[in-house]
Amino acid sequence: MKKKLIVIGAGMATGRALEHLLEREPEGWDVTLFNAEPRGNYNRIMLSPVLSGEKTYDEIVTHDDAWYAENGVTCRFGERISNIDRTAKTVTAETGEVLPYDKLLIGTGSNPFMIPLPGHDLDGVIAYRDLEDTERMMAMGADKRVVVIGGGLLGLEAAAGMAARGADVTVVHIMPHLMERQLDEAAGYLLRKALVDKGITVRCSANSKEILGEGGRVRALLLDDGTELPCDLLVMAVGIRPNVALAQDAGLAVGRGIHVDDQMVTSDADVLAVGECVEHDGALFGLVAPLYDQAKVAAATLCGEEARFVQKDLSTKLKVTGCDLFSAGDFAEGEGREDIVFRDPGRGVYRRLVIEDDRVVGAVMYGDTADSNWFFGLIKDRTDISEMRDTLIFGPAYQGGAAVDPLSAVAALPDDAEICGCNGVCKGDIVGAIAGGATDLGAVRACTKASASCGTCTGLVEQLIAVTTGAEVETKQSICGCSDLSHEEVRRLIKAQGLKSMPAVWQELGWRTHDGCHVCRPALNFYLLADWPLDYADDPQSRFINERKHANIQKDGTFSVVPRMWGGITTPDELRAIADAADKYDVPTVKVTGGQRIDLLGVKGEDLPAIWADLNDAGMVSGHAYSKGLRTVKTCVGTDHCRFGTQDSTGLGIQLEKVLWGSWTPHKLKLAVSGCPRNCAEATCKDIGVVCVDSGYQIGIGGAAGMDVKETERLIDVATEAEAIAVVCAVTQLYRENAKYLDRIYKWMGKVGMDWIREQIEDTEARAALVERFEISQSVYRRDPWADHAARKAESYQPVADLTLEAAE
Amino acid sequence: MTHAPAPATFEEADAMSWIDIAALDDIPLRGARKLRTAHGCVAVFRTGADTVHALDDRCPHRGGPLSEGIVHGTSVTCPLHNWVFDLNTGAAQGADEGKVATYPCRVEGGRVLIDATRLGAAA
Ligand code: SRM
Ligand SMILES: Cc1cc2nc3c(=O)[nH]c(=O)nc-3n(C[C@H](O)[C@H](O)[C@H](O)COP(=O)(O)OP(=O)(O)OC[C@H]3O[C@@H](n4cnc5c(N)ncnc54)[C@H](O)[C@@H]3O)c2cc1C
Ligand code: SF4
Ligand code: FES
Repeated sequence: MKKKLIVIGAGMATGRALEHLLEREPEGWDVTLFNAEPRGNYNRIMLSPVLSGEKTYDEIVTHDDAWYAENGVTCRFGERISNIDRTAKTVTAETGEVLPYDKLLIGTGSNPFMIPLPGHDLDGVIAYRDLEDTERMMAMGADKRVVVIGGGLLGLEAAAGMAARGADVTVVHIMPHLMERQLDEAAGYLLRKALVDKGITVRCSANSKEILGEGGRVRALLLDDGTELPCDLLVMAVGIRPNVALAQDAGLAVGRGIHVDDQMVTSDADVLAVGECVEHDGALFGLVAPLYDQAKVAAATLCGEEARFVQKDLSTKLKVTGCDLFSAGDFAEGEGREDIVFRDPGRGVYRRLVIEDDRVVGAVMYGDTADSNWFFGLIKDRTDISEMRDTLIFGPAYQGGAAVDPLSAVAALPDDAEICGCNGVCKGDIVGAIAGGATDLGAVRACTKASASCGTCTGLVEQLIAVTTGAEVETKQSICGCSDLSHEEVRRLIKAQGLKSMPAVWQELGWRTHDGCHVCRPALNFYLLADWPLDYADDPQSRFINERKHANIQKDGTFSVVPRMWGGITTPDELRAIADAADKYDVPTVKVTGGQRIDLLGVKGEDLPAIWADLNDAGMVSGHAYSKGLRTVKTCVGTDHCRFGTQDSTGLGIQLEKVLWGSWTPHKLKLAVSGCPRNCAEATCKDIGVVCVDSGYQIGIGGAAGMDVKETERLIDVATEAEAIAVVCAVTQLYRENAKYLDRIYKWMGKVGMDWIREQIEDTEARAALVERFEISQSVYRRDPWADHAARKAESYQPVADLTLEAAE
Repeated sequence: MTHAPAPATFEEADAMSWIDIAALDDIPLRGARKLRTAHGCVAVFRTGADTVHALDDRCPHRGGPLSEGIVHGTSVTCPLHNWVFDLNTGAAQGADEGKVATYPCRVEGGRVLIDATRLGAAA
């Protein structure tokens, strides 16, 4: 007699299990298949191509009526099972009908997780799970706006599918980069770029607050920063939860999923389960590969054969045309691991392998995934790769050892990328000139004026000549081991390509490491914030400790605290507050610095936010004695008291310090204003020095008195204080925009020449534009970091935990 | 996620006593926080790839606090004189010689756990 098998759920897992079962024992079973969806088994993962219009529903049906009939499967589609009685060995359908079973197979899949935001139950808020959802999305044509919450696989396939139909789609993702579970930042950056190219708006690090409705229908999504994203449909694709309610009510052992053993048998010997609803050895499943293995094992178990389900490594691909990505294994894991990174900015390719004990344990690829199966094979088979380590990253075909082309970043530039900022010369112009016979630097300079002014783009022009003519380039000093490009080239390329994030620079400029090093990261952080003050968010983790914690670290790990004394002027109240702080925080040394202010040395790291708050209360702010930024503006007493003073040097010094403070510069920036040529403020050995004379102000730049002692060179003379301030801001901005990180002004001046600097400053239009850009940047950075940290980050200055206390308890 | 150094055997794993010290997000990405213990400060690092590592917070060169260094790849650069240490092994890289003690440490459910057996703390 045939055994009665009831199957709950016609999903991808049970469909496969039935195939195996009926192939093995075609005559052995009387099968009844229930499905809550009003249809039989179909290939759920192909809903995405259906959505985007690349396939039709009919093409993705896996088992049709003929198959069920041929195999004697009784279909009960559109009917949900509401109860299981394990003692009686029966199930109850929604209709109340009770059916007996000998064996029961549960494959109820999972439920999409809906974030319980206010408004989540409005009409027009859907998940992405079945054909009904897909059809709702397919209705979103050209004039419709859609918001997708969730930047994972599912959300992005939904977004791309609707965008392909012409809808205006915005993806809202809570994490800083897309698909963060499968991709690292670099691949996430490339993916985002590709989606933006498809017209999709991507908002990362965005928190949803509320779904707004009108007449019971969704109208917009409100983010917690107050942004409203209007929409006609809102798709939530944030995760799934195993559908275990039925099994739980039946008293089966359930954790996060229905517990099954290696044979796919639940805690009841007559009940098996497969698919996303199960939990095996602590793991849940969300991809089909392991479900197919489970299906095979379940079929064998039902036939009384030996079989065992074993969890394997998984790989992921995104089914969006033009977004070629692959991720496998655990690239986020780090036991004795080592990264091999390959980037080809020209082709938009990124590959990263994670190696552990001479084996590949993880891989992330973007752009060219042709070799992904080979890499996945290495992961699964735990192949020893020590023999091919050097060439491994190039894939199976390329075991010849190709070096990364140092010219690829330049080769990848579009024709309209500006190479020479001074003269506005684009790549296309230069390539044109080279094609026209200008094959050396002098000739290119003569026909295009590229690199004829400040000269910082010279390296790029030489590379363009090399790329175009195949000539050799001389290698110059690169920024660090992560790249072959020089600082100047990196700066120009950041501007020419509009690179506004660290991962963008790493990828587009072909960084060899995963996330840079302690040499390049602080430089890149400065370049990005100097070039894009409004777009780029400063990265504290890419700053040296002094700038990260806004205090100078000392040899014993304590810090020094130097409050600002504007122009060297202080008051009895400020001095009292400093004295009180010194007492309160047991400051071992109080010293007058060479910069006309007071240094509290030896403050404990944990006390910093508190001592700052105290100093803030007395009206003092950070002196930035730790920064590559504005340090001090030294002044002399000037006309206020001195019998030789010609102008108010103290007043001008204070004004300058108030305008410039908080700004970040390539290296430290020190100023002084002296009231007359006797120069008591030592203005002629500062980065920028002003010497007052009867007729106005002599402004010199390029002085120093550290490792090199340099006298300033005269930049310009001006008549009024206002002009003096404008010139100082303009030259500071010019230095910020052009100099190599860690070049003081005198070094930068040595490279670009005083004549070029003077030209920019004398040109009143250029000067005004520089001042304006400086002000834009200062609108972000002219604020007290001490007050910010004391208010918002104080906690991070404390140990994360104190185990000495726990031990004592 | 797992971390440095994993137990070699199951017996060893059994002998460990994991203490929950913080949420992963309490440690900045590519950053570190100090952990105070009876044996001095331990630096708990979080790399760009979200792995965690615990090392003595004392540079063998001249005692620099490694927790204040720049974290890149699975390395940290000492803030005082730029020695670079491998977070997995605690060994100085390049020409410099020296080693810092490491402690088993891992992430589970968004929490950072450290093995307390060698830290003199009760779990
Ligand atoms: C506190 C102070 C010495 C003092 O007690 O007077 C000082 C202390 C330090 N100086 Fe200085 N410099 C101090 C005035 C100077 C001066 C004099 C001046 O500014 O008028 C100079 C020469 C002028 C110049 O810069 O051209 C000076 C030239 C340097 C240099 C060499 C710079 C160069 O380009 O050659 C360094 C090293 C560096 O920056 O790389 C340096 C670096 C340092 C550092 C930050 C070393 C470090 O990186 O940790 C010292 C921090 C000590 C600490 O733990 O707080 N300090 N330093 C002075 C603080 C001034 C202030 O109020 O902000
Ligand atoms: C749009 C989309 C794209 C995807 N892309 C991929 C991909 O590219 N690669 C990949 O590996 N995976 C992909 N997946 C995931 C994959 O589809 C699932 O892992 C797989 O479908 C799960 O199979 P299952 O049999 O466990 O559940 P399901 O296929 O969900 O089937 C469960 C069925 O049980 C029914 N059911 C539930 N409760 C009852 C009840 N009480 N009575 C009767 N019937 C019930 C449900 O109606 C459902 O039809 C994708 C998923 C979606 C939604
Ligand atoms: S001269 Fe400056 S850097 Fe050198 S020891 Fe003195 S304070 Fe430190
Ligand atoms: S103390 Fe760490 S490098 Fe000197």
